[in-house]
Formats: sequence, C-alpha cells, structure tokens
Amino acid sequence: MAHQQVKFYQTGTLTVGNRLLDAENRTVQGTMDRSNSLDSGHRACQGCGEALGARYAIDTAMRATDNKLIACNATGCLEVFTTPYPETSWTIPWIHSLFGNAAAIGTGVAAAMKVKGREDVRVIAQGGDGGTTDIGFGCLSGMFERNDDVLYICYDNQGYMNTGVQRSSATPGGARTATTMPVGPEPGADFDKGKNVPLIAMAHEIPYVATASIDRLHDLEAKVKKAMSIRGARYIQIFVPCPLGWGSAPAQTVNLARLAVESGIYPLFEGENGEITSTTKIRRKVPVEDYLKPQRRFAHVLKNPAQLSAVQEIADRNIRKFGLLEE
Amino acid sequence: MLKQIEGSHGVAEAVALCRPEVICAYPITPQTHIVEDLGALVKSGKIENCEYINVESEFAALSVGIGSSAAGARTYTATASQGMLFMAEAVYNASGLGLPIVMTVGNRSIGAPINIWNDQSDSMSMRDAGWIQLFVEDNQQAVDMHIQAFKIAEALSLPVMVCMDGFILTHAIEGIDVPDQKQVDKFLPPFVPRQVLDPEDPVSIGAMVGPEAFTEVRYIAHKKQKEALDLIPQINEDFKQIFGRDSGGLISTTNTEDADTVVVTLGSVIGTIEEAIDEQDEKIGALTIRSFRPFPLEQIRSALKDAKRVVVFEKCFAVGIGGIVANNVRMAMSGTNIPVYEVIAGLGGRPITRKSLHKLFKDAVKDNLEDVTFMDLNKDVVDRELEREHKLIQAGSVAENILRDGGVVNAAKTT
Amino acid sequence: MFQVRIHGRGGQGVVSAAEILSVAAFIEGKHSQAVPSFGSERMGAPVVAFCRIDDKPIKLREPILEPDALIVQDPTLFNAIDVFAGLSKNGYLLINSKRSIGELGIADAIHLPDDKVRLVPATEIALKHIKRPLPNAVLLGALAATTGVIKIDSVIEAIASKFPGKVGELNIQAAEAAYKLIKQNNQEELTC
Repeated sequence: MAHQQVKFYQTGTLTVGNRLLDAENRTVQGTMDRSNSLDSGHRACQGCGEALGARYAIDTAMRATDNKLIACNATGCLEVFTTPYPETSWTIPWIHSLFGNAAAIGTGVAAAMKVKGREDVRVIAQGGDGGTTDIGFGCLSGMFERNDDVLYICYDNQGYMNTGVQRSSATPGGARTATTMPVGPEPGADFDKGKNVPLIAMAHEIPYVATASIDRLHDLEAKVKKAMSIRGARYIQIFVPCPLGWGSAPAQTVNLARLAVESGIYPLFEGENGEITSTTKIRRKVPVEDYLKPQRRFAHVLKNPAQLSAVQEIADRNIRKFGLLEE
Repeated sequence: MLKQIEGSHGVAEAVALCRPEVICAYPITPQTHIVEDLGALVKSGKIENCEYINVESEFAALSVGIGSSAAGARTYTATASQGMLFMAEAVYNASGLGLPIVMTVGNRSIGAPINIWNDQSDSMSMRDAGWIQLFVEDNQQAVDMHIQAFKIAEALSLPVMVCMDGFILTHAIEGIDVPDQKQVDKFLPPFVPRQVLDPEDPVSIGAMVGPEAFTEVRYIAHKKQKEALDLIPQINEDFKQIFGRDSGGLISTTNTEDADTVVVTLGSVIGTIEEAIDEQDEKIGALTIRSFRPFPLEQIRSALKDAKRVVVFEKCFAVGIGGIVANNVRMAMSGTNIPVYEVIAGLGGRPITRKSLHKLFKDAVKDNLEDVTFMDLNKDVVDRELEREHKLIQAGSVAENILRDGGVVNAAKTT
Repeated sequence: MFQVRIHGRGGQGVVSAAEILSVAAFIEGKHSQAVPSFGSERMGAPVVAFCRIDDKPIKLREPILEPDALIVQDPTLFNAIDVFAGLSKNGYLLINSKRSIGELGIADAIHLPDDKVRLVPATEIALKHIKRPLPNAVLLGALAATTGVIKIDSVIEAIASKFPGKVGELNIQAAEAAYKLIKQNNQEELTC
C-alpha cells in the first residue's frame, strides 16, 4: 500500500497513535517485537536526533529485509557513540572504515554479496552531513553514478558536531558554529553557500531519493521501506536536530524537527529517477521564528531583521518550489 | 605456459588465476594496463564470478576493496604514484582492519613536479602503513609474487603490495611462464576470512579504540609483520614445490659470500647491476631486498657480515636526510663497522646505465663515495639554479628554471 | 645480444613494432625484451621503443644506448632529436623514406657501409597494402631482409598473433612486400 499521510481530527496535537491505523500500517517502532538495531547503552547525548533517526531507519530496514542487513558507517557521532571499544550498540553486522568512504565501503560490501550469491543481504551506508555532503561526497556521487545497490542514509544535523560544531556544506545561513561565529557585520554562516545533496542525488537519476524528519515516524518509515523495496542506489536524508550543536533543550529535539518541516525550512519529498514524485504537505504553517527561537545558534539572527527575513525567504522559496502547502 | 607478453598482461593473468571476486579499477599510469586487461577478462567471462568496479578515485578503489574484503570477497586493486597518496588514508585503514587485499603498485615517482616515470617513492611513502611490501625483479617474479601475495595476505589477514617498477616492468614485453589454473588452485585455497560481515553472525568492525588498548592493537600489527618473516620464505618454499621457481622470499643474493663490496637494492635494477658487475673484475656482490615490509634485518645482516662495504642503491630518498632503504639497512648493520654508502639513482625515470654504474663501482671499491651520492646529478644545472636563487628573491619555479637550463624547454619550442 | 632501437611518432605503431619483433624472436626460441620509451599517450609526439634479442636470458634494463639496428619510422625526426645517437659502426639503419640519404640531408651523420643502410618507402608500401600510413610492419619485413637477425616467417607469425584477422593479413602482405624488395637488393626501386 502506498504511504498515506494520516489526517488528524483532534485539536492541539500533531501526534497520532498506531491505533488509528490498520495493523500492517503501524510503525515498526510501535510494535513490541521491533528489532532494536541500535541497542541501549550507547553514548549519544540526551535528546540526540541522530540516535533516533538511525534507530528508526535501521529498524525499518531490518524489518524490510528480514534482518539481512549490513551497515557501513562513516566516521562521526553515530560511529563514536555506538561503538566504544569493546562494546557495540549494533545488532546487525556493522563496519566503520573512514570519514569519507562510507558509500564506497557500501559498494564493496554489495559487490561481495552479489558475487557470493547473497543478494538477499542488503547494504546500508550511513553518515552525518559532514561525512556525506563534504568529505564523502566523491564516493557518494560515484556510488550513485554506478547505481550500486546501496541505500545511503545521511543524518543531517547541519554541521560537524563530533569535532565540536563546525560548519559543513549543510549548515544553514546565519547559524552559529565554531567556524562561523556570530561576530562582525554578517554574523554566523554565510547565506549564499551550501549545497542541496538530495537534489544533487536526483540529478544522478538514481531510482530513489527522499528527505525525512524524525518528527514523523510514519513518513520516515514508509520512505525507508520503499527504499528497501528498490534495487540500485538510493539516498535518504533525515533531519536530525542536535541539542549540543544547536544549543537547544534535549526535550525540544522532536519539536524542532517538526517546526523545521512545518515552517518550510526542511522540505520533505521523494524523487524517483530524477523526478519529484511526492512532497509532504505542511499541515499548519509556522513562521521561521518559531523554529529559530529554541536554538541558541540562531539567537543573533532573531535580533537581526535582515537575516531573519533571509531565513523566511528560504522557507517561502521552499514552499513555492516544492508545493508544500495544500492548494 | 611460456608466453611473450607485457608485464602488466602477465600480472592480469596471474591475478585472474587467483580467482579474485572483486576488482576495483581506477586508471593511473603506469599500472593502467593491468586493470584494463582484468576488465576485459571479467567482461568476457574468462574470470568467472567476479565483480569489476570502475570507481571514481583511488581513495574509492581501496575503500570499495575494504568493503568487499570485509564482506569476505577476495579483493584486488592496483595503483601508482599520486594514486597511492590519494588513497593513503585507506591504505592505513585496510591494514588496521586486517583485510587481506592484494594491490599492485606500478612504481612511479611522486610530484610536484609531475613526472610519470619510474622510481619507488610511491611505495616508500606507504612503507610504514602496515602492509606487507614485496618488490619484484622481473616480470616472471611479478606474476609469481601475485599468486604468493594472496596466500601471504590471507594467511596473515594483512594486505600485501606487490611493487613492480613502472614502465621498466609494467610495459616490458618478455618471456613469462604463466602457471595453469590447476597449479594455482592447488597452491591457493579459497579465501576464508578471519572475520566477516554476515547477518547470521553480526559483528561490529572498526570500533574506536582509546589509549587503554591502542598500543596493544598496534603492537599486534608489528608482531604479525614479524611473523611474516617466517611465513614469506615458507610460502615461497610451497610455491617452489608446485611451480619449480624461486620467486619470493625475503632477499636474494648474488656472490655476496666472497664480495668486498655488496650493492643492496630493490626491484628491477638488479638486472642492470648484475650485468655491470659481470663486466668488471672487482669483488662485488649484490643483495636484492624482496620483502621490504617486513624488513628482514637478520637476513640482511647475515648476508652482509663479511663485506668490507655496503652500497645501498635506491630509487627513492627522504628529502632532508637521504636514503630510505639505506636507513633500514643501517639498522640491520648496527653494531658492525661496515660502512654503508647511499646512492640515489633513477629518480623520475632517469635511466640507470652500466656506464654510470661502472664509474660508481670504481669509486665505491676505493671508498671514494660520499655518504649520500646522487648518481648522474648534473652539478652545473644545480649550481646555476642555486646561484640564481641567491641573487633573486623572485627567481621563479625551480622545475621550469632547470628545464630551461637543460635546454628542454627551448628544444620543445623549436620543434 | 642484438639490440634494435625504433624511432617514430605516436600513432605510427612504434611500440607495436618492438613488441612484434620481440614476439618473432620468442617464436624462434630466443630470449627477447621489448620496452617502449614511456611517454604520455599523445599522437604525433616522438616515440622510441627498444627490442633486445639474445640466446640467453636478458637482465639488462637500461635503454638501448648503442643499437645494432636503428629503425626510423618518420624522417622528420631528424630535425627533432638525435636519432643516430650511439649507433654502432657495424650497425644497420633502416629509414622510412622514398628519398635518398643526400636528399634527407643526413649524409654527414651516417658513417655506415652502404649495405647496412636501407631507405624503404614504408609509408607508400603500407598505403598500397594496408590503405593506411602505418610503416611499422613494413620496416620489420625490411629488418628481416637486411639483418637476418630474424626470419620473415617469424615476423609474419608475430604480426598474425598481434593483429588477428584482416588487419594482420594486410600488415603481413606489406611486410612481405618490403622483405622481397630488399632481398632483390634493388635500392633504386626502393628510393624511387
């Protein structure tokens, strides 16, 4: 069944219980027998969006593949907090090689599975935005271009958090990072820089590209499930707030992810073979201030009308470009 | 079967006989012919059950290899020069993870200035990366060592570089006895990985290791290389039993027993050196290091113990100190009073001729060599450039100045 | 040991010529080594290739500095590089040209007996048989006839193994034509 956005009739809430859905459409996370790919005891910060995103995505992929799954991890927070030697949180075979080669490792594992006649075993490569959009970009593009049978998941928290919050090419304009400090006439990260890797992935005309957010589990799981039903190169970028890097309260992680989507800052869409095939509509549009306010990295932006309107312009452009509002 | 073929083609056939399961290909001169030939062998179905992947860089070539090897596939790639540097991070990673990948290095210089010709700077740049490094003297050895390399790699669960001089061997067409499949199958059993990514038995590979265990992990790597000092000759013996040729081992020697002077070298230059030795009357012997990592300290010390002097002849050097091989040989000779001279030659493909060797030998036997000698160095050109630099702050690029002095730029302009 | 140095330009099959010659020697049970002079892969650039032939294994890896035979596939090289460097006094010289030594302006550079020098209109012979200006096989036919270091039958077999099919057949025709011309020892016809 195609994924369908659930309508809400209760007021004052955006959550939805599995009870409103047929059994087969309930989330993996909502079931008692979920696989728990990322076991408890890992060392992520309180409120870590990446830990949530990874567990949601990998649990779904495990269910979709009957647990026949291998993960290849780029260096970064996810790698460090899940595998403090000699412990590991991973319940699937998992390999970490380098910062910039997760996609290539995925290619290699997939090639080995193919040659061994084990194409039932599926391969995921994953990393943060630094390991994906910057240092791992060459290997990622190569994996896309060859259409290797790998799902690459980028957990996008918009900066190099593992090394102490520096700017990446996924850091938004205005954001304070350790290398884009809020000083001088144009405080924070520059507005005219950065790259949109989901759209670049689509330009490779790979079979499947999607963006997702940890605030909507159904949507995220449906996208991972769909990705696992397809062979070839696939890319999912999941928006994962980072309390440490963003200066937000751990309890705000899921809310921030929701506000990013509802403001138009983080458009959710799917693309197949280079075409956009679906967008997730904004349910109740919010101004970008609502999203920016809980984050210390944007404190100076809120006091700077020019920067604030620049952020709003980005959101408005996303809404127009991806048709994020119901007509 | 004896064939008159290009070295690269011979290596491709040897690799094919080893039943590789994943081959990563990225072009860089002078190893390119090897992966080209392997591509044709896979595409035509002559190598069965093998994935041949055209990757986007050397970094990806070895990274894909790390993935496939960790997932249990016998994995091969090849590189040279800048490509080796571009994959440097993965080179260390492959050995750190203990993955028995075999990689050919078509030895070539490293720029700038860019230069496509042979020396051994590329392999030397990775000498401490934890790989086994085997150097071959001719194309028969190149073929044989690749077959041995898979066995050594898989026995130790360590990656192996087979280093062959670029162009001089990779592009040389000479007679090679290419083994048959039955012989190779007898010698090289299917790959059984030490650890493997398998959903039936999930493991985490590549965890972060802190100060509490890092030294021990690194020590084991060293220990395993030391064990290889026993294993490499043993595998060469096994090879001899089946194929009837001595192609590997740690070192090979020519007339070292009664030599006053022993020339120590690596790779294909030994052929020209032996010819030059035969043409003169002094008591000169030669020692070729076949396994540079692990470095056979004891074997070298024992082979050189009766020499009056040792001349290390190498196609690489560490800027700011001198010979790299010489430094290692000195370690083997520590505690003896035998002088070790360093001769740097053949950089960036400069021909190593018997004529120059004869002059060198004459000086050597009279102990008339400097500690570090750059063979065939054009002193005039060097002095002129140094003078220019002393006079002018904006003296321009050293490389272009020297080319102009040497007349190369002018010659190119007039033709 | 017999050492052959072949000069030409990128695209003329210089490296292939050295390879074919080495394979021909191999066919005769000799040891041989062919090596190109390693440049970037550009059409038209000067290219050198070497071939050594011996009855015992060849260990030497230096470039051929004193060739016993020199093949010049492109006479325009005389202006670019010193192709005659090191040519031994008893060496053989084969030049692809329909002109004479005097016309080529190289008389002063050559100190060889007349019977060791052959001017072969290899491009013309190639155009006639192969329909392409590829002088390499032609000059190998001429080398077999002039020096006797290799048999024409071996050259033919080597060409056939390097270029199976039609291309090989045409190259073999061209090589045989050159072989016959030299054997008839008709220098006049050669330089016509």
